[in-house]
Parts: sequence; structure tokens; C-alpha cells
Amino acid sequence: MSSAVTLHEAGTHHAGHDVHHDHHHQSFISKYVFSMDHKTIAKQFLVTGIIWAIIGGLFSVIFRLQLGYPEATFPFLEDFLGHWAKGGKLQPEFYYALVTMHGTVLVFFVLTAGLSGTFANFLIPLQIGARDMASPLLNMLSYWFFFIASVIMMSSLFVQTGPASGGWTIYPPLSALGDASIGSKIGMDLWLVSMAMFIVSSLLGGLNYITTILNMRTKGMSMTRMPLTIWALFFTAVLGVLSFPVLLSGAILLLFDRNLGTSFFLSDIVVAGKILPNEGGSAILFQHLFWFLGHPEVYIILLPAMGMASEILSVNSRKPIFGYMAMVASLFAITILAFLVWAHHMFVTGMNPFLGSIFVLLTLLIAVPSAIKVFNWLTTLWRGNIRFTPGMMFAIGFVSLFISGGLTGIFLGNSALDIHLHDTYFVIAHFHIVMGVASFFGMFAGIYHWYPKMFGTYMNNTLSYIHFWVTIIGAYLIFWPMHYEGLAGMPRRYYDYSNWESFKMFGGLNEFISVVAMIVFAAQLLFVINFFYSIWKGRKVTTLNPWNANTLEWTTPIRPGHGNWPGEIPEVHRWAYDYSKDGKDFIPQDVPVGADESKH
Amino acid sequence: MKELFLVAIVIMIFVVIFQIAKASEYVSVLKGEEKTRKQNNRINGFMMITVLVLGMIGVWYCNHLYYGKTLFTQGSASVEGVQIDNMLYITIAVTGFIFVVTQILLFWFAFKYQETDKRKAFYFPHNTKLELIWTTIPAIVLTVLVVFGLKHWFLITGDAPKDSVVVEITGHQFGWEMRYPGKDGVLGRKDYKLYNTPSGNSLGVDFEDPTSHDDLRISSDMHIPVGRPVKLVINSQDVIHDVGLPHFRLKMDAVPGIPTTLWFTPKYTTAQMKERTGNANFVYEISCDQMCGKGHFSMRGTIVVDTEADYKKWLDAQKPEYFTIYPDRDPTKQNQAADSSKMADKTVAAVMPIKK
Repeated sequence: MSSAVTLHEAGTHHAGHDVHHDHHHQSFISKYVFSMDHKTIAKQFLVTGIIWAIIGGLFSVIFRLQLGYPEATFPFLEDFLGHWAKGGKLQPEFYYALVTMHGTVLVFFVLTAGLSGTFANFLIPLQIGARDMASPLLNMLSYWFFFIASVIMMSSLFVQTGPASGGWTIYPPLSALGDASIGSKIGMDLWLVSMAMFIVSSLLGGLNYITTILNMRTKGMSMTRMPLTIWALFFTAVLGVLSFPVLLSGAILLLFDRNLGTSFFLSDIVVAGKILPNEGGSAILFQHLFWFLGHPEVYIILLPAMGMASEILSVNSRKPIFGYMAMVASLFAITILAFLVWAHHMFVTGMNPFLGSIFVLLTLLIAVPSAIKVFNWLTTLWRGNIRFTPGMMFAIGFVSLFISGGLTGIFLGNSALDIHLHDTYFVIAHFHIVMGVASFFGMFAGIYHWYPKMFGTYMNNTLSYIHFWVTIIGAYLIFWPMHYEGLAGMPRRYYDYSNWESFKMFGGLNEFISVVAMIVFAAQLLFVINFFYSIWKGRKVTTLNPWNANTLEWTTPIRPGHGNWPGEIPEVHRWAYDYSKDGKDFIPQDVPVGADESKH
Repeated sequence: MKELFLVAIVIMIFVVIFQIAKASEYVSVLKGEEKTRKQNNRINGFMMITVLVLGMIGVWYCNHLYYGKTLFTQGSASVEGVQIDNMLYITIAVTGFIFVVTQILLFWFAFKYQETDKRKAFYFPHNTKLELIWTTIPAIVLTVLVVFGLKHWFLITGDAPKDSVVVEITGHQFGWEMRYPGKDGVLGRKDYKLYNTPSGNSLGVDFEDPTSHDDLRISSDMHIPVGRPVKLVINSQDVIHDVGLPHFRLKMDAVPGIPTTLWFTPKYTTAQMKERTGNANFVYEISCDQMCGKGHFSMRGTIVVDTEADYKKWLDAQKPEYFTIYPDRDPTKQNQAADSSKMADKTVAAVMPIKK
């Protein structure tokens, strides 16, 4: 912390001497590295997130090779992975490490930090009319704790015993005992320490977002005039601040069990022929602590995507979002329910059946606000005048995926069916579609939509459209057939199915899925190329408001400086969704209400 | 060499796509950006409806290919699982209907209401009646599903019938071991601290408990009779495992320190299932469904469902574990072992830590 402050002071010190520049001039380090400008921090989160996404995606490509071609050897793997792929054959230990790291990286580092870190930082001050976050310093620290977490997690890939390999849910005793799994040696300690840093980052960010939204809205920006993106990011922050500390406590207790000989999660264990002295702990207790974060985490990932999709659908349909208050209310309902459903991940742990029934009821209740959102999005499109900008394409794709993945949640939330489908490919299909791919679509929609504001340039349209169509078709080709594997009871997290009479008939399908996964991964590289190329070489933005949108960020200069608005912050006179009202295509939020304007 | 060639091709494809994309940007400048934008809009609108139609055909085709490979076609192998299958069918019907309708609306609206100069968007910010409708209808549908779901949930997780066949199954990295209570119908006491592989007491059975003396330990196929409820008592010795029984539509975690239970009534013998599936190799498999370490994928158990008579025959052929560990106490071998009976106490002391 102190070093960061010093660096910032160094920046201002430097500026004081440099009389040729105005007082905004900053050194490279304070402008791009230890920046306190929310826009720069957002870009730092985004770029780090993209790098993690490539790494996490690559993990999945490698383990899909094993699943698609369990008999084959790939000598080039040995060149990269050494003894983890002896003779070109991925070892089971490393297969499980890849599966674990794929989940960890994508859930936490990409779709939590990369998604809400980017857009909460970028959009909150710009859309509510604030010059920066409530605490730019905490905001900067939030990124740098994330960076430290990233470095630690990355380093765990290079330790001799390999990274954590007990699944991203790190259930003890597997994750607690180095004798039970090689990944539970030093790799697991690094995982836990990295997550502790990550949680600090997430809390610093979340507190800042909540404070900023509650206190720093510009004149006239009442809560009910906020764009839905801000509502969604607000509820996301609330979820994170209230649930991440519980995971932190679980992680610390697990560290104690691992290193100090406590027995929070351990009891009656014989491992590798050794009788452990631990008695009286409960392995299930950890699952309660984990899922008390783990389930809200799903919505931490999903809500920002919902908010951005709502905004983008409305702008490009040239119509107000349908049922604004219902949209806010359903976000609120999802936030509350998110805290009350965690044990639906634990229906087969032998839980009290009555307790299970309560969780069934509360879980399926979430379908109601979700249904409201879907129908409201559909009605927003109805009788619109739709422009298929790349952002809009991904927003429509988001709705499609959210429907598909949401509906399979009705199977899994119903405990009697969950017993059969639990931990099968049906679950993989469900959560990848509804949480993984759908949230990625929300993130892509946001990137394409706000790219002109972030960098002052456009991304290439043709590449964007190719990216969209390959990704949505590919995502369905990958995950749709997995439902059938799940209905056949095929368990997840298996290294090889060929010795199982009940599951070996899916070998051909697994190969097909692996091929599509590689193509889709390649299409994402196309996006990455487009993203970085366009920062410098993209078509320049020449108008202040390229999408003709109502929200405040488009009233700033094309490339806004620190402080966002050069003059006064505009005053807000209306909600963000006056599209096609009274024959006018759009009426920005800072336009005063005319005397003859109709009321809705 | 082959790999280099592949990499070169992929890079080539990237370069070509990238160049086309760049060229299209120049073309759009020449043609006028507004005109290109409108053209793009029409192409993407057309794609929306095309992908919808192809997607629906794809959904049908996928079902055509893989429905036969799911477990539906062979029917549930447990009496209780039949209800689960029925619920699955109902849920698929309900969600399938919603899926088709909403996806058609989504892509159809996108196609139909694509931008045109002839139409102005309709200002339609809210409509309380509509919103109430699509709050109430999902709520009612879900209530019905929850009621049926909970009925089956309470049945499956409820107490096993009194006359159930009891089998204890214990998971360890990476395999399963079974224990049958023997003639007295009671499983002997266990203590994980009595675990001792050299002596063969790998389940940590307390042989001072006389009810353990007729217990059977089985490390190969689990045999159970058809048509009678079976209660599994599930344990783990090291990490969390899971007894996955896809054919019976059931699974339950094996948690160290916290025994769990599961019960079901097998409907078909293994021989009958071979006929039903037309697969001579058919076998009821126990899959470990909870990530348990590097051998997770190979933690396979098998169940043989016998006719009552076959089950009896099999059961009678098994020898209690007690006599395997203490052969000198086996009454059938009493004559040969008469001399060694004095040694018995010493043997006990050797294989078991002293219990207070």
C-alpha cells in the first residue's frame, strides 16, 4: 500500500516540475500502471481478464484433447508439459489439474474480476455522472490485489507437484491431504493464498462500487433513473461483499486443517495406509461454507451480463426496456434468493430431506424472476427497429443462452431429478450454457458496445460478426449434446470413459465436441486479435454518441480524460430509456423534460 | 512435421480472414458507411432466421442420434426410478415447450423487426397486465413441478422398508468394498483406527463385537436380489466418493466420518437387462461421481442383480471375514486347527491394537 502511495506522489511531484504540461500530466507509471483513474483500472481488469481467458480456454482445449482422443498420443504436449505428458499422453494428475484450473480461472479470474471488475469500474462513474470512484486509491488496490492473486495462481502452475487438482470446488478431505492427491500439496496452499488475495480485491472493489452508486450520483440521477447496468452492478457488488468473506473463512479453516493439524473438515480418515488422528470434523461443513459463496458467485457472474444485455437490447431496438421496475425488482429478488439456495449443490450429500425440500422450493422460485426477465427482453425486441451492431448480436445471443441454460436448471433444482443428474454431463451443459457462455456473451456485448468509449476506436465489424456466429453455433454444438450424455448418467471429471460399459458409447460424440471446442477457441483468438489491433489501428470514432444512446457516458468527450467531463457534470432529467418517444428517436438523460412531453 | 503443417494452415486461415475483414472495412468506406451498415443489418437479420431454422432441425437431429443412447430406452432398473423417469419426461415436455416458443420468438422478432426506414419503433415501456401474466404462469407451473418432485424426494430419501437387504459399501482411493451383515442381520461395529491391511482387516472391523463374526466382506461384484428393497449403508475411508447408480437413477455421497444411506428396489436381474438392452456385456456399474483424486475415473464397481434363488446360493457360498482373518476359529476347520486354538489370543493381539 505504501509503495503505491509513494508512486502516486512521485507522479504529482514530477508533474509539478514539468511546467510545459498542465497539471493532468502524469508519468507513464502513474498513468498506465498505478493509475487511480477508474477507466484505466477498468482496462487493466479487462486486459488481465482477457489474458486469463486465453490461458483458461487453452487448459480446456488440452483436456478436451484427452477426452476426444483417449487412445492417441500428442508428442508436442510433452514438449510443453514435460513429465505431465509423458510420451505425449496427458497424465491423469495433470488432467485433473487442468480441469481444476480451468474452472478456477474462468469462474473467478475471468468472469468475476474480468467481467464486473471491468464494467463496474468503467460504467459506474460514467453512467451515474461521477468524476471517479468514491475511493480511487482502494480502486487501484483492488486491481493490484487481483494482480497479486493472479501471480500466485500462475506460479502454482510451475511448482514441482503441480497446481491444485481437486476441482474448482476444492472439497476437503481431498484438498486437505497431500497424501490423497499430489495437487493437494503446495499447489493447494498457493491456490488458497491466491484466493484470499482475490477476495480482498473483490471486497475493496465491491465496497467502492456500492459507495459510489449510493453517494456520488449526479444531480437528478435518482435511483429509479439509473440505467439497468448500474442496478445490476450494484446488486453484484452487494452479493460479492456479503458472500466472499464466507469463502475466505472456509479457505482459512482449510489452511489450518492442512498446516496446523486442526480437524474442522477431517474425521475418521485412513489415507495412503496411514491412520490420521483427526476426529470430529465434518467434510460437509466445508461444502456449506463454499456454496454460501459459490451460489451467489453464479449471480455475481450473471447479473452484470444481464444488466448490460438489458441496456444494449434497449439501445439497439430503439425502444425503452420493457418493464423497467419489474427488471429492477427481479434483479433484487434474484439477489435475495441467491443467498438462500446454496444447498441445492448438496442434494446427494445425505442432507436432511426436509432441509432439502426447503432448498428445492427456494431454488425453483428463482425461475420466476428469471422468467420475468426473459419475457421482458423479448417484449423489448417486439416492434422495435433493430440494429444488429456486434454488441446487439451478443446481447441477443445472451438471451438465447440464458433461456436454454436456465430451463435445464429446473431439472437440477428439483432434488428428485438432481439425484440422477447430479455430477453428470447434464450439469456441465447446464452451467456452461447459463453461466459460462451466457456471461461471456454479456461480456462480449459489453466490450463491443463500449469499446468506442474505452479506446476511441471501433473494432472491425466483419471479424466481430464472424466471431459471433462461430461462437454461438459452436457453443450450442459443444454443450447441447452433453445433455444426452448426462441423461445417460455419464459422470463429469473422468479422464477416460473407454473402460465403462455404460458410457463408452459416447466416444464419437466426445471427439466431435473436442473438435468444435478447438474451432470455437480459435474464433476467440480472432476476437483477441481484433481487440488489440483495433486499439491502435481501428477506425476512429468521430461522433460523441455513435450508438445514439441516452446514457451519460456518451456526453463525455470521445476520449474522456481523468475526471470524465471537462466542464460541469451534466444534470439528469429523465430515465435512460426514452427511445422512440413522441416520435423522437432518442432523448438523452440530460435533456430537460419538455412542457408538451407525454408521460409514460 | 505434421504439426508444423497444421499450425501453418491455421495461421494462413487467420491471415486470410483478417485480410478479408480489413478489406471489407475499406469497401465500406468506398460504398458509404451507412449503406454498408444497412446491408450488414439485412445479412444478420437473415442469418437470425436461418440459424433459428437450422438450430431447430439440429435439436431434432441431435435427439434422433442420441436419444437411443440415454437410459430412457432401457427403462429404470429400480422400481423407484420409474417415477423419476416419468418426472423427467414431464419436465422435458414443459421446458421443451417453453424453449421452442421463446427461442422462436427471440429469433423471429430479431428477424421481423430488423431496422427499416419504413417503421418507427413502438414506445412500449410497460404493461402491468402482461407482466402479471408472465409472473403467475411460471409460478403455477413450477409449483406443480415442485409438488411432484418433493413427493418423489421424500420417498427416495425416506426410511428404507424394514425387510430391506442391507449392504454396506465403503469407498477408498480407488475402489469399493462391500460388507454383508450375515445371518444375524447386524453389521459388526467398525472403528477406522482398527484399519490394518497386513492383517486383512481393511475395513477396520472391531472383531471383539460378536455381531461382526458372521459378516461377509466382498471386494468383487455386489450381489443383490431382484424385487426386494436394498438398503446401502455408505462409508468412505479417505476422501469424499459417491456411489453413482445410473441404471437405478440414484446416487449418494460417501463421506468420511458421516455414514449415509440409500435404498431402492431392483426391478430387473442382470440377465434380464442383458436381454432388454440387447447387450451381452451389460453390467450394472457403480460409478464414483465425486472427484476423488487421480484414479477417480477408474473407480468402478459392479452390481449383479440375481434372482432370489441365485442370491441365496451366492450368499451361502461366502465365508465370513472373521474366519478369513482367524482361520483357526472357523468351526468347519475346527478339527485341523485344534492344536492352534491356544494361539488364537496371541493372533488377536497381533492384528488388533488393544482397545480399552
